[in-house]
Amino acid sequence: MDFFIQLVVNGLSVGFIYGISAMGFVMIFKSSSVLNFAHGELLAMGAYIFLVLVTWAELPVYAAFLLTMAACFSLGFIVERLFLRPLIGEPLIFVIMLTVGLAAMFKGLILLIWGGNLHTFPDFLPTWLSLSWGSVSVQPVYTLALVVGTTFLVLFGLFFKFSSQGIYMRSVADNQRAALSLGVNVKKVFALSWAIAALVAGMSGIILGIINGVNVHDLSAIGLKVFPVVILGGLDSIGGAIIGGLIIGLLETLTGGYISPSLRDVVPYIVLVFILMVKPYGLFGQVEIERV
Amino acid sequence: MLLEVNNISVVYSDVIQVLKGVSLSVEKGKIISLLGSNGSGKTSTLKAISGLLKPENGKVTDGEIIFNEKPIHNQSPEVITRMGIIQVLEGRQPFKYLTIEENLRVGTAIRSTKPYKEDLDMVYHYFPALLSRRRARAGYCSGGELQMLVIGRALMAKPELLLLDEPSLGLAPLIVREIFGIIKKINEEQGATIVLVEQNANMALQIAHYGYVMENGKIVMEGKAEELIENPDIKEFYLGMAASGDMRAYRDVKSYRRRKRWL
Repeated sequence: MDFFIQLVVNGLSVGFIYGISAMGFVMIFKSSSVLNFAHGELLAMGAYIFLVLVTWAELPVYAAFLLTMAACFSLGFIVERLFLRPLIGEPLIFVIMLTVGLAAMFKGLILLIWGGNLHTFPDFLPTWLSLSWGSVSVQPVYTLALVVGTTFLVLFGLFFKFSSQGIYMRSVADNQRAALSLGVNVKKVFALSWAIAALVAGMSGIILGIINGVNVHDLSAIGLKVFPVVILGGLDSIGGAIIGGLIIGLLETLTGGYISPSLRDVVPYIVLVFILMVKPYGLFGQVEIERV
Repeated sequence: MLLEVNNISVVYSDVIQVLKGVSLSVEKGKIISLLGSNGSGKTSTLKAISGLLKPENGKVTDGEIIFNEKPIHNQSPEVITRMGIIQVLEGRQPFKYLTIEENLRVGTAIRSTKPYKEDLDMVYHYFPALLSRRRARAGYCSGGELQMLVIGRALMAKPELLLLDEPSLGLAPLIVREIFGIIKKINEEQGATIVLVEQNANMALQIAHYGYVMENGKIVMEGKAEELIENPDIKEFYLGMAASGDMRAYRDVKSYRRRKRWL
């Protein structure tokens, strides 16, 4: 029984990380219907910026975290300005291909500067963050992920639901022509959604870096892992991304623990196929409202 | 004059010419109606004014559009909306996944300060039907509610000039009457200047002060609304009555008998 509970706890922990990694991806899709193939590289950028600030600049962790968030926010903003803005109004497939190019560019840049070796953050997490009940325990980093991830989730939930800018962002995602006719600044909305997405990606990149160490290949592979997560949760639902992440994480660890570790990457996809047969928009995706 | 359109030509994708020298002028505080059959260029005229041509790859290639003594042709919609021109798109374009109230809030996008409570009350005053539905997602509202919503959403921007594109499209006659009544009321009480594009010539001319008739990308007739409504050609082709003023029987319609005089 303890084994089962520990597996569930591990699965949920890993799944939550998948979920918050997918949040930034969903945000871009929600505002501009763009599938961002460079998401994994954005995660990696966040992790590497934090690495530089913590190990080489030797800043205190809090300052380094805030600075990384600011840097990622600016990075997202600049990427939108330089690469995506010229493509506004062009067919979506061009924009999606561009993100594939961006992925290669960022990866190359990181390899050029930091190389392909594994770096690690200094161990800065206090031990009181680790939780345990009897023989079941949670590592400190997962507690941190839970706290930080939930904070972001609540903040963005409130932002999109109540703030004017959040409502404009949703209006652009909903009907771009109508938003234009009311004078919503669509360019600003796109820039902001990339900036926020990069910020969230940077945050999850740091957490992933604490867990697995910082390596560009591993981190960009997580960028592909978000696909099943968001497709399961619904491409345009931030809450759905978290639930999707939790389900995939659980399935992975339970398969790994009870069936075979080599199947852990396969079974979640099989379940995904079955779920999509019943709910083609994902568990929480918006069903197209059609008027006839 | 609040708005002057001088002899504009509009071309889409550099090759398709839809307007060939359209001129019209809009006096402050008046309702101007723009009539014409499908494809005559009414919507393109509105889009040329509001700047929405630009995202659709259209351009004003000739002539000028002057609003408040400033040229505005070929400006982007972000600029033009901020000058006070708001277009209500044809075919009701709500934000389907936003609630009625969130939809209305988007209307305040062009204002730098956004206290929206008073404006919401103003919109609910004109369209009480929206008040009871304010928490409902727009995608699940009826056509009449949506038309009220999109007009209300534009009013939230406090436009100096409101461009309405076919508000009667696909609505029951009773709802059309109600909406036109409200448009007239908004014009009288708020002093809003309105350009109204319509197929329903009868309703449009009843509330408009002045009217233009378009055909094939040109203005072919203009005049005071009460004169247009008496014009034999307008009666024949847009109001569906014989020149004598009687309702025409279906079997009497012989299109070769009369030709439009202006063609």
